[in-house]
Amino acid sequence: MTMTRTRPIKVLMSKPGLDGHDRGVKVLTLALRDAGFEVIYTGLRQTPESIVKTAIEEDVDVIGISCLTGNHQILSSEIINLLADKGANDIIVILGGIIPEEDIPILKKAGVKAVFGPGSQMADIIKFIRENVRN
Amino acid sequence: MEKLEKPGINKNENKFATRSGIPVKEVYHPSDLTDWDYANKLGEPAQYPFTRGINQPSERTKWVIGQYFGFGTAKSTNELLKYVLEQGAQNLVIAFDLPTQCGYDSDHPMAHGEVGKIGVAIDSLKDVETIFDGINIEGKTISPGGNNAISPIVLAMMLALCEKQHISPQKVKFVFQNDPLKEFISRGAFIFPPKAAVKFAVDTVEYCHKQNLYLSAPQMYCGYHLREGGATIKQAMAFTLANAVAFLDELVSRGINLNDFKCSFQVFLSGGVDFFEEIAARRAFRRMWAKTLKERYGCTNPRVLGIFLMEYTMGSNLTAQQPLNNVVRCTIAAMAAVLGGANGLIVSSYDEALGLPSQEALRVAVRTQQIIGEESGIASTVDPMAGSYYVEALTDELEKGATEIFQKVQDKGGSIEAIKSRYYMNEITKSAYQTFRDIESGRRTVIGVNKYQVKEEKVVKPMKLTSQKEEEEQIQRLQELRRQRDNTQVQKCLAQVKESALKGENLVEPILAAVKAYATIGEICNVLSEIWGRYEQPGI
Repeated sequence: MTMTRTRPIKVLMSKPGLDGHDRGVKVLTLALRDAGFEVIYTGLRQTPESIVKTAIEEDVDVIGISCLTGNHQILSSEIINLLADKGANDIIVILGGIIPEEDIPILKKAGVKAVFGPGSQMADIIKFIRENVRN
Repeated sequence: MEKLEKPGINKNENKFATRSGIPVKEVYHPSDLTDWDYANKLGEPAQYPFTRGINQPSERTKWVIGQYFGFGTAKSTNELLKYVLEQGAQNLVIAFDLPTQCGYDSDHPMAHGEVGKIGVAIDSLKDVETIFDGINIEGKTISPGGNNAISPIVLAMMLALCEKQHISPQKVKFVFQNDPLKEFISRGAFIFPPKAAVKFAVDTVEYCHKQNLYLSAPQMYCGYHLREGGATIKQAMAFTLANAVAFLDELVSRGINLNDFKCSFQVFLSGGVDFFEEIAARRAFRRMWAKTLKERYGCTNPRVLGIFLMEYTMGSNLTAQQPLNNVVRCTIAAMAAVLGGANGLIVSSYDEALGLPSQEALRVAVRTQQIIGEESGIASTVDPMAGSYYVEALTDELEKGATEIFQKVQDKGGSIEAIKSRYYMNEITKSAYQTFRDIESGRRTVIGVNKYQVKEEKVVKPMKLTSQKEEEEQIQRLQELRRQRDNTQVQKCLAQVKESALKGENLVEPILAAVKAYATIGEICNVLSEIWGRYEQPGI
């Protein structure tokens, strides 16, 4: 039997750490809203703790992490570990930014579900979220 | 509070419009320049209203070729600076890492993983001493990059360095970006709330003026980051001028007459590929700047009215797809900057979208400028586009459009209010989304992205500048410093900084004393945040 969702997919877009490049994350926030998702963007300078807290309080399905400073490994693994500690590892974590090729397998092993680098298509991101959030 | 309306699809069906939406006619005639008067609209080069640039005609079209780079530790920075000096460089650009820019010491939890990453980590004067070990800064230009929210602290460190080297700070040219307002709108390296940020930044300007550091440029108003954040060229012109005015109002309120101003200001713009609009925008911006400052402050000082334009070609125009095409985009943008009268220019590396630039890409960026300057002939005369019906009509249109937006900001109470009410953030986000939609729908062509695509592998390169070990070593040095310095003296100095801040005094002198006692940037920012608080950015 298939369950039908009664609410739209909920996404938390986040900028952890000191990175100030927020054009991408803001455009993505608006594009995902246009695609029918409920999207929260909390502004710059979030910590892994504040991101996980908001994600749990808001009961989101997906956390999108944006990082363009090269600090993606530390920040995403801290977020994933905190989610596991709180028993919230059903929340899907996806990552965007300038992510070197060689880091992708390590990130995926650590629990990042998908990595969207430079030149990624919005349609692919939307499709990924639709297909991977369980109904 | 301004609400973010949902941006719609561009209604402007005119395919022949500039990037900022100005309709472009089939052909331009003398009738497009009605009431157009040479003396009033252009004037001579280096004369009011500076439309034709600030260079004397004898200088022809001349600009400074720049390069921007970041590096890891203080020691490796010292080695690199020595190397570039040996190569004949006079301009020393030093990029700071993000914790330094945001007022966090290297051992603060927010700094984890960022120490030394996009620039050098500076915790205290000790790091500055290491960076300049064996380098005499007399006669040099020093540009500490990303120095916005903390400029009086960086100035104090530079003054302490001059003292140690027994040279007068008047003999060094300091170029400070020192524009914290744009950090709230785009870029995000803020610390204190907008009003306190303006006060703190103007302390640097006031000090440099009063100490007659006449070679130095204590503030550079930035449109670059606004456009990279999504602003249209008109928005960038208007918001940059509005931010400048917010700082200048504060400076003038301290009793400083711009007609006696000892230092100089700069404006930092970005260069896009819409060739004629870019050229016209620079000419329009100089005119707008000169007129606004003349009318608002009664300024007649050509040193202030003729604004120095520092430029960088736009990184956000570059594509990850078919990256070599970016050489062409950068060339078009750089030519437009030069034809528009740029005074300093940095060209992006074509592989920027895919990580840190390669040696080859860095070289091509410099060669692009050299080919423009020494082969193309476009630099042989001053302002060669003057008198073109199209360019002059566009210059007028851009000035008109940007002035309307500038006025709107003033009507809202100026830049500080426009930040607090989220007006800036929402306007720029809307423009960024519009651009995205225009590219996605094919309304705006981006070769290799929505037209003429090829199958290709995109290889994003590794970008590790420093290792975990280097972060740990920096933290060890910091903690050793905290053990070895005279902590009673540090506490005394920090208490004085706090007292002066409470009284609203200029903070450069008390911070200089604290810096000389080896107080850290984090400690100084902490005592100031006890008074001013820390800015928290709202979401959307």
